[in-house]
Amino acid sequence: MEKLKFWLQRVAQLFVVLLLVTFGVSLLVRIIPVDLATIVMPVADENQRAAFRASIGLNKGPIGYYLQWLGNFVQGDLGKIYYSGGTETVSGHLIKAMPRSLLLMAYTQIFALGIAIPLGVLSAYRAGRRADRVISNTLFIFSSIPGFAIGLILIIVVGTKLAWLPTLGYATYSEGIWEHFKHMIMPVLSLSFGLISQYTRLLRADMIASLREDYVTMAMSKGLSDRRILWQHVFRPSSITLFTSAALSMGGLIGGAIVIESIFATYGVGFEIFAAIGGRQYIMLQSSVAVIALFYVFFNLVVDIGSGFVDPRTRDRRTNV
Amino acid sequence: MSSLLSIKNMSVNFDTPRGSLEAVRGVDIEIPAGMSVGVVGESGSGKTVMCRAAMGLLQGSTVNRTGTVIFDGHELTAMSKEQVRELFGSGMAMIFQDPLTALNPVRRIGVQLSEGLRVRLGMSKSDAMARSKELLELVRIPNAAAVLKSFPYQLSGGMRQRVMIAIAISCNPKLLFADEPTTALDVTVQAQILQLLRELREDLKMSMVLVTHDLGVVAGNTDYVAVMYAGEVVEYAPTKKLFADMRMPYTEALLNSIPRVDHKSGTRLTVIAGRLPDPTNRPVGCSFAPRCKYAQDKCTTDHPELKTDPDGHIYRCWFPIGESL
Ligand SMILES: Nc1ncnc2c1ncn2[C@@H]1O[C@H](COP(=O)(O)OP(=O)(O)OP(=O)(O)O)[C@@H](O)[C@H]1O
Ligand code: SF4
Ligand SMILES: [Mg+2]
Repeated sequence: MEKLKFWLQRVAQLFVVLLLVTFGVSLLVRIIPVDLATIVMPVADENQRAAFRASIGLNKGPIGYYLQWLGNFVQGDLGKIYYSGGTETVSGHLIKAMPRSLLLMAYTQIFALGIAIPLGVLSAYRAGRRADRVISNTLFIFSSIPGFAIGLILIIVVGTKLAWLPTLGYATYSEGIWEHFKHMIMPVLSLSFGLISQYTRLLRADMIASLREDYVTMAMSKGLSDRRILWQHVFRPSSITLFTSAALSMGGLIGGAIVIESIFATYGVGFEIFAAIGGRQYIMLQSSVAVIALFYVFFNLVVDIGSGFVDPRTRDRRTNV
Repeated sequence: MSSLLSIKNMSVNFDTPRGSLEAVRGVDIEIPAGMSVGVVGESGSGKTVMCRAAMGLLQGSTVNRTGTVIFDGHELTAMSKEQVRELFGSGMAMIFQDPLTALNPVRRIGVQLSEGLRVRLGMSKSDAMARSKELLELVRIPNAAAVLKSFPYQLSGGMRQRVMIAIAISCNPKLLFADEPTTALDVTVQAQILQLLRELREDLKMSMVLVTHDLGVVAGNTDYVAVMYAGEVVEYAPTKKLFADMRMPYTEALLNSIPRVDHKSGTRLTVIAGRLPDPTNRPVGCSFAPRCKYAQDKCTTDHPELKTDPDGHIYRCWFPIGESL
């Protein structure tokens, strides 16, 4: 019963967050000092423009506009993208773009965690010694290069000079698994470097703290090997911050890979947002941001549920909230 | 009588930001096979460090251990970490001071109890689990099957300590270090745990090093006593002999400060006036001199040597009780 109450409260909180974020974005769209109708219908007459404004609620006040947008949004109508020749639906674009971004994000996370976890464990185990120093110095250098710079360097060297990998575009699974990955490698690398050093640092710090705990000495006194102690006794209680930050960075990666997605033209959500800004497609922008906010909230819940698995103590603490 | 564990001139230094901290200084001690040896001393006197250093459990670049430790014919101080590890569980085991911090918070009791059996005795997963249940019953934990599935935070302090004892004895060790096994518990539970340890020692023929700062516990549970002060063993004698004829002024002061009946668990022995000397900056002479009522000039200038009476009673004092008074 207590548990149910906790989760209901949590969901309610996140729901409020969602409403606030989407309302904020909707206000921003209204504040932009340009007339949307003029932009999307440059050659129409004033009557047509007035009809357009009314159709998306721009003739109402900020709250009326928001409610109309929200009503459409929950029914799956995310609005339209306007061309001089006609329109396309925002949802149509996002449905195509979303899987690409999700895959890019998943590969990036798997790759970053796959590298960062062994590095973090090793550098905590060898804290202060050579392996640790080499790892932290290398990561420091890499983390100070922004992702887009890594992307550009990769394009020049691996894409153009060596011509090993395609520099642009996206390939689906059906075009061949290898083809698919060939298009993903460079974007994933560009997005991962910063994450790898962030994750390694988090894990290292938490592991070092845990290694000082009595239960580690206790595990040693049972005659367990260092490897077993590190992975089975120390890694799990030390990984909560790591996994929390990884889950929270998911939301950011879905829409936040704007620059990288644009450089590599992967046509994911980030790319769509980039295009929406360039093309003054404000409805598209507003709905995309709302979808990303949904993902943020979703991964927040994942963190809540997941941390109970990693550390059983939090499960009971919740009932005392 | 042969020694199961002999520690020869062992010192432990920690590198700290304030300089080198000498936690244990030139300790010589023999633990006879089959016996229970008490280690007493105030908080900070180096009891825990001595036990952990003897087993080789202190690790890290800031720890320097010197001297010789021989256990059951193996010279631990000359062996690699991996070789010493082979002796853990079935050779030596340890009960830790605080069962809450010594059990891993995120792993189930059953896993923590059975892993030693699997790693050290090579048992299968299901055999180890079955044996774990027996071990929990052996340390009188009711409802053992449920406890196997619980996490440490779900148990009471007394239960946690029983679990830790079960872990420590799981591979039938020859020597059990019990580092203040009852300090974190309330008085009635303390008595139960000490009773349990006595019985287990009898049944399993274990030797034991029982660390405590309570001379009352020492009297009823040990054959020998080592008294530690400021990192040194300052007196070592059979328990009966020590209580009948103590030589060290420090031991006497400790005895006079035995907690009163209303003594609450966990309170430290600070009843002797004054404090332990700063471990990074020990006095030249006798470490106890500033607090000793028998101190004379020599005590502040010369470090007392170890003396051994003909009956084997060892102490470290220039003017022992019952001699030059
Ligand atoms: N890892 C360490 N690094 C630096 N100093 C330490 C370390 N462990 C212990 N010490 C110091 O060594 C001294 C002896 O500590 P120890 O824990 O052995 O005392 P103790 O006799 O077990 O006391 P208590 O009764 O409180 O358990 C103390 O001054 C302590 O601060
Ligand atoms: S040597 Fe001196 S100061 Fe130290 S215990 Fe003996 S009498 Fe006291
Ligand atoms: Mg201690």
